[in-house]
Amino acid sequence: MTRAVRRSRKGYFEIRLPASDRVLLRSLAPQMRELLDSDDPVLERLYPVAYPDDVDRETEYRLLVRDELRSSHEAALAALEESADAERLDEEQLQAWMRAVNEVRLVIGTRLDVTEEGHERPTDPDDPRSAAFAVYDYLTWLQGTIVEALSP
Amino acid sequence: MSLSLSVAPAEVKEPEIEEVVTPDTPWVVIVWNDPINLMSYVTFVLQKLFGYSRDKATKLMLDVHLKGKAVVSNGTREKAELDVFRLHEHGLWATMQHDD
Repeated sequence: MTRAVRRSRKGYFEIRLPASDRVLLRSLAPQMRELLDSDDPVLERLYPVAYPDDVDRETEYRLLVRDELRSSHEAALAALEESADAERLDEEQLQAWMRAVNEVRLVIGTRLDVTEEGHERPTDPDDPRSAAFAVYDYLTWLQGTIVEALSP
Repeated sequence: MSLSLSVAPAEVKEPEIEEVVTPDTPWVVIVWNDPINLMSYVTFVLQKLFGYSRDKATKLMLDVHLKGKAVVSNGTREKAELDVFRLHEHGLWATMQHDD
């Protein structure tokens, strides 16, 4: 089986994914934008605390960087959305995919309370978490493939 | 001719930038273990952001994974804050504190 993400000789990356995967990838950005506009507590995972022992400096840090951090998250998601159908990406685009995919994994993984050991998946296919686990596992596989291709 | 007028010791205000000359105590940037970020991803991010060799980045990643945390960089507060920001951009759980 050919690898889904492969570095080509000229420094580009060949992306071999079925159309259905690309539909999923393109759908992530609008969903994440909606989430970023909300005050869902899961967002805390995307804006971690820098100064755990210093409330004043933490407040200052948040004021300073929160918007920039959000723009950065959004830029990666937009890049994934725009190039979801591409069969060839440059390194910068693929790194944006990598970050966007990870942002979604952080959100879904936090929601599902994923643990390091735990790969317990719901056995009942009607369990509402089943779909989220399926997307999470798919994105984990894709993330691994992307990192492997990017790693020097 | 006298230049006394221009050098008259008028009331000079104490410089307000005093804190700038205070040596900045080193800060350390810590990455904490989390169950979501892939080990290969953490290694890659440390290589990319700090220019570490694969060996060094792998060692730090393993410290994070096995010991729960690792100091990944250090420097002035400004540098540490920038490093933390870049780690947060990549979804790593990073904090900073005084190196004591």
